[in-house]
Amino acid sequence: MQIGNRCRWLGAAAAFALAGSNAALAQVDTMASVKQKGKLVVGVKADYKPFGYTDPSGKIVGLEIDLANDVAKRLGVAIELVPVVAANRMEFLKQGRIDMMIATMAYRPDRAEVIGIPQPFYYAGAANVFAKKNSGLRNWTDLKGKPVCGIQGAYYNRRTGEEFGAQLVVFKGVTEAMAALEGGNCVGTVFDTTFFAGIMGDAKWADYAMMLPSIDPEPWGLGVRKEDTKFAQYITDVSKEWHKTGFILELEKKWGIPQSPYLIDQQKQFK
Amino acid sequence: MDDVAAWFVWLHQTTGIKLTIFYDSYDRTRFLEGFVTTVKLSAYCLVLSLAFGALAAGLAGSRVALIRRAIQGFVQLFRNTPPLVQLYFFYFALGPVLPKVDGMPLLGSFGWAVVSLTLLETAFAAEIFRAGIEAVPKAMVEAAQSLGYSRWQIYRRVILPLALRVTMPAMTNNLVNLVKTTTLAYAIAVPELLYMSAQVWSEQVNVPEMMIVLLVCYVAIVGIINQLMQMLENRLRVPGFGQ
Repeated sequence: MQIGNRCRWLGAAAAFALAGSNAALAQVDTMASVKQKGKLVVGVKADYKPFGYTDPSGKIVGLEIDLANDVAKRLGVAIELVPVVAANRMEFLKQGRIDMMIATMAYRPDRAEVIGIPQPFYYAGAANVFAKKNSGLRNWTDLKGKPVCGIQGAYYNRRTGEEFGAQLVVFKGVTEAMAALEGGNCVGTVFDTTFFAGIMGDAKWADYAMMLPSIDPEPWGLGVRKEDTKFAQYITDVSKEWHKTGFILELEKKWGIPQSPYLIDQQKQFK
Repeated sequence: MDDVAAWFVWLHQTTGIKLTIFYDSYDRTRFLEGFVTTVKLSAYCLVLSLAFGALAAGLAGSRVALIRRAIQGFVQLFRNTPPLVQLYFFYFALGPVLPKVDGMPLLGSFGWAVVSLTLLETAFAAEIFRAGIEAVPKAMVEAAQSLGYSRWQIYRRVILPLALRVTMPAMTNNLVNLVKTTTLAYAIAVPELLYMSAQVWSEQVNVPEMMIVLLVCYVAIVGIINQLMQMLENRLRVPGFGQ
């Protein structure tokens, strides 16, 4: 039977449309598109020892990278690491530049409105100020009117500035903030206790310590796209397994981090 | 003011467009502070760079070879290095090396931004003025010389006024560039407009809205400068010269 030219073109157009709509559906199903691509693109920190940092050979390594590698292994795909910072990690995820984000991000309800943060959370950190041991800082209220270095996008910046009256001097990255602290441009740096735990052993910071009581303990969440409910459920299951088997506690030992009471708690919960 | 705030709250609730700088007092104060700092930084650098630029351009024509070479070297250095690298150098490399006053560094981030951007803009302004000076017809200078003017008097009374009028368009360009370059100061934590907006959008997660507000603000600032320079150009117009 002879198929007329017009029918042929209509048929091709219909096929195209179907293919196009299929592609649109695949966009929201990250797991399928990751399996199709053969790789998982993960946004990680590259300057936050020991969770995500660049080692002397230039490779990005860290506790969070180990967790990301585990997810990729379970999905049976390769992994591609994309360095992110606090100010752009959520945007990259929303834009689709990365499939998953594990970048020392604290869970906040308003962040959960924008991206998906599956529970249980994989870690917990608190805020503190790293200052010279002889700085005389005892309470958060001692920061009033003093210049305090910080990192853009951190959730406790607002409280430090608004409630405690500190003059915030925020930088794009933690390296610049610590360089400014060293140069004497501020009395201390406000950041996560876990970061400071990672650098306290360095000879450079021998005169410095975490001076104030840790406040605002915040669980850290892994990020996926908000519409990606299938992937979020998968991550939930993987996280439960991590806690049950004590995988993250082992990683803490590997990276020299003092055992986090949150993780011990979580393990008891999921045993 | 409360009506404006209430309208923006309504806008957020109905359309999801989040512009907290209008109804949140902390964000609003920070944003306004950023705006004022940008204007201050631009103003300081503008005035200082014009003054030093004119001086440098004058010295570039000096009879002493050493002075001429020093000015050339200065211009080459600051014109050929990226402004961000200069800022980082002054704040992170030079700052800690200088002596401290009462345990605090000599210059804060704002101070270093003024120093760095002024030096950068002086280099550009000096070149622009030099072009203007060379555009002054030789006949004018010779006429002034024959009337008995000294070198300095010729520069001040004949060359500079004419050079100024010739360089107006290029200088407007330069000043607009200066205002835009002040955004780089955000990298050394100067609390200017981009820095404050970045803090607001990091906390409120309203990047597109803040970006649009930022663009509008910069267009406004640059627009005002443009207008002022236009008015200045019109007032300084000399009949029969450069029309």
